[in-house]
Amino acid sequence: MFEHELEEKLDALLFASPSHRSIERLAGLLAPLPRRHQELVLHWAGVAAQTYAEIGYLIATLAPQVLTRLDEQDFAAWVIAGLDAYDKEGLRPAMETLRDLEGFIAVKEGRAFVRFAEIEPRLTRFVQGLAGRPLALKAGAYPWTDTETIYLPERLALGRSAEENRRLYQALAVLLWAQTHYGTFAIDLEAELARWPEREQALTWLAQLETVRLSACVERALPGLGRLLAEARGAWPAELAAALPELQAPDATVATSLRWLDHFMSAGAVPPAPSLHPRLDPATAWRVRNERIAREIATLRQALAALKSAAGGRAAAEESFTARRDDETGTVEILLAGEAVKLPDAAQAALHSLVLDLGALPPEALTPAGEGAWTPSEARGPGPQGVSERKADAYYDEWDYQRNAYRRGWCHVYEMPVKPGDGAFVRETRRRYAAFIAQLKRRFEAVRGEDRILGRQPEGEEIDLDALVEAVNDRKSGAEPSPRLFCRRMRNDRSLAAMFMVDMSGSTKGWVNDAEREALVMLCEALEALGDAYAIYGFSGWTRTRCDIYRIKGFDDRYDDAVRAAIDGIEAKDYTRMGVAIRHLTQLLAAQAARHKLLVMLSDGRPDDFGDEYRGTYGIEDTRRALLEARRQGIRSYCVTIDRHGQDYLKHMMGPAAFTVLDDVKKLPLKLADIYRRLTV
Amino acid sequence: MTPTAIKTITPALERLARAPYYQPVADEVALFEAAAQKRLPVLLKGPTGCGKTRFVEYMAWKLGRPLVTVACHDDLTTADLVGRYLIVGEETVWLDGPLTAAVRNGAICYLDEIVEARKDTTVVIHPLADTRRALLVDKRGELIQAPDEFMLVISYNPGYQSVLKEIKPSTRQRFVALEFDYPEPELEARIVANEGGVDLEMAKKLVKLGELTRNLKGAGLDEGASTRLLVHAAQLIGAGMAPSAACIAAVARALSDDPDMNETLDDLVRAVF
Ligand SMILES: Nc1ncnc2c1ncn2[C@@H]1O[C@H](COP(=O)(O)OP(=O)(O)OP(=O)(O)O)[C@@H](O)[C@H]1O
Ligand SMILES: [Mg+2]
Repeated sequence: MFEHELEEKLDALLFASPSHRSIERLAGLLAPLPRRHQELVLHWAGVAAQTYAEIGYLIATLAPQVLTRLDEQDFAAWVIAGLDAYDKEGLRPAMETLRDLEGFIAVKEGRAFVRFAEIEPRLTRFVQGLAGRPLALKAGAYPWTDTETIYLPERLALGRSAEENRRLYQALAVLLWAQTHYGTFAIDLEAELARWPEREQALTWLAQLETVRLSACVERALPGLGRLLAEARGAWPAELAAALPELQAPDATVATSLRWLDHFMSAGAVPPAPSLHPRLDPATAWRVRNERIAREIATLRQALAALKSAAGGRAAAEESFTARRDDETGTVEILLAGEAVKLPDAAQAALHSLVLDLGALPPEALTPAGEGAWTPSEARGPGPQGVSERKADAYYDEWDYQRNAYRRGWCHVYEMPVKPGDGAFVRETRRRYAAFIAQLKRRFEAVRGEDRILGRQPEGEEIDLDALVEAVNDRKSGAEPSPRLFCRRMRNDRSLAAMFMVDMSGSTKGWVNDAEREALVMLCEALEALGDAYAIYGFSGWTRTRCDIYRIKGFDDRYDDAVRAAIDGIEAKDYTRMGVAIRHLTQLLAAQAARHKLLVMLSDGRPDDFGDEYRGTYGIEDTRRALLEARRQGIRSYCVTIDRHGQDYLKHMMGPAAFTVLDDVKKLPLKLADIYRRLTV
Repeated sequence: MTPTAIKTITPALERLARAPYYQPVADEVALFEAAAQKRLPVLLKGPTGCGKTRFVEYMAWKLGRPLVTVACHDDLTTADLVGRYLIVGEETVWLDGPLTAAVRNGAICYLDEIVEARKDTTVVIHPLADTRRALLVDKRGELIQAPDEFMLVISYNPGYQSVLKEIKPSTRQRFVALEFDYPEPELEARIVANEGGVDLEMAKKLVKLGELTRNLKGAGLDEGASTRLLVHAAQLIGAGMAPSAACIAAVARALSDDPDMNETLDDLVRAVF
């Protein structure tokens, strides 16, 4: 078939295709294929498009490459696997299944393998447990770590069974965690490696030697993991025999490994090639480590400055900070005038991390930040832009941490309605989760408890007149009177108003947005059963002059079709300028008469806005400030976030608020209502 | 009826016969003694199972005073604390509540988890917690002046997230606050060994597990394993259970109902043994 012919056919099949240009491109892609293949592709793309046009489009796009690996029969099986994934799990997993051709082939050949995506949530939590400081997991081409992220291969098929492959993943993660924990990068390895012209060889040796040393460290601290590592790797290669005793000694460090590197490289020995084999990228790790150290020193110094100023004119203010190390536990305490000081959580975490990286505290970390002292150097954004014609509904100050002052009336807020959806999403959610919703409602009704008076109690605030009259009569008539003569008031004193603030920034597009909407539907159903006053607002924006707040449900709105249509209409828009949204919603919440006020934020990441201005420390500090302001007005805040890599900044940013991190978006709908219940029982 | 015309029952309070085992962590013993000497009430802050109750028991023994403990809950009324009239056959009698009994006996009254109590209940302790040191029993029209030995101690877990359960500033600012946390690993291992009846080696492993779970706080767990849970695991091990089975039952399952989280906790248990 010729290109124009293909184009026509594709156009007819993929009716909802993104644009004509993409069809042209696709036709160009398919034109070189033999006619038989072209027809095959058109057929299956058409079938898939009946289910979902985008899947059909993807199939046609991938086909030329897939057909180099699969015969016609397997091609059909590959398409069906994708469509199955769609039926079971939805669009995204379907696309992922189709893209994962290697995985399809591995299954076809009956190889047992495990995909990174399958083990990621469990392994992430596990590593979090081991590390005690943020350490993210991501898929990468080979196993290595930059000291803040552990990269693991997309798929492992080394082991004979899926379980074995899962354990291999775990073993790799443990070794890479050990690199960050037991000081592999405590020395500038790049400088050491520069001596050897055969760099690759030296790197492989070093990685090997470190694996020996680290395995011994792990074995000593966590015998269970020691066994896991031993099983995963089998016996040490014979080449390493001479080095084992020294590397495995408790006082071995990375310097020991370097000595042996020198030994092997000078002898011109070839490194063994074992199966389990994390790699090293010393230059990247060194950079990331040093950036972290600088950041953490800054955090610590800022905390110390705050402590100093809190000490005021007292004698302690004259003293300087010192560090004391407990040699047995390896923990470090900071002292002021001989007394241990209690650091805020973020600073405590920074201290812990610094000690892990450096073994001790560098002296400069003990001088409080002050005038002219270190400030994070971040590019500042351009001036305000994109001024709107309509006058803003409100103006808010914003905190500039570098000036240590507010920028007055800096953010312009526009309150607006959501473009209502057709309600199909909400209907579908209510249908799909009907059983769960019913269960939620029951649970919430149990919490609610009515204000009621119990009569005929053995004790209570009031006398139960009916019971008393009966008792008097009983006594007169010679019967034994009941001592249950009191009433007792069971009080329902939930005087609570809750504000839900929903992230509508561009990054929520797709899964997160769906999960947010589902979560809100369940939340509304549950809260209706509970009877608390609540409101839902979305936020998004584009620079400080366009901070949009979307009203989805006001405190006075009933949960009706209009609100459901609004939930349906929540969509991913632009950026996440959080501080101003918190300030505006705090205003609305503060106006409520309820005794307890709660602000719950749903977000998928850190604050950010167009340009550089709000990105990074500035946005985090402003958000933190806004939360402190809310706190001062008697509002408690809580953040539910789906940013799995957010542990590092969240602690600091949320300052006075609490937060929870969901490792999987799909859990949000099932968890949000429960989180709320826990917050308010 | 005047109070004297009605029979009053005041429960007699006992002193602890034996010293409870308590491992001091910082300077809390000295602080508590100083507060007792100056007749100041004390607030104990700290996560669940970190030794607050045990500490109060120990201090009561050390100061030679009886101890009255009340576990607060949201149905706890003023009458539950102060006392009430009961009708026994023909007669009306007054039964002192635990707080009144403690005041009359010069005991230490420990209100555990004070935030659980209803707000209107907490106010009765206000006059006892400042310089007045008096308890008003309004139903009897009686004002009881607390003897010097009487001491009020309350506890509070700041990790609690419920907005409905915050301690009011007017309550909290009457108290000397002692902050508790899980002890340093060395100390905690000694406690676990002593309380759980296992050797120090095993206790250290349990404490290690405790640390790992505490790293998950905020990342799926509301709280990590408390000293109490570690002691429980040690006791099961002492009774002959295999360490990992003991930890899964006493620590992992006690911390979470979430199947995914349980998987991770099991992984951590296996990592330690
Ligand atoms: N410093 C300590 N000395 C001795 N035992 C301790 C110590 N700390 C904790 N424990 C052990 O931990 C257990 C739990 O402590 P305790 O009951 O005092 O906790 P708690 O802080 O009162 O907890 P909750 O807030 O849940 O009431 C005790 O039974 C004891 O075995
Ligand atoms: Mg207790």
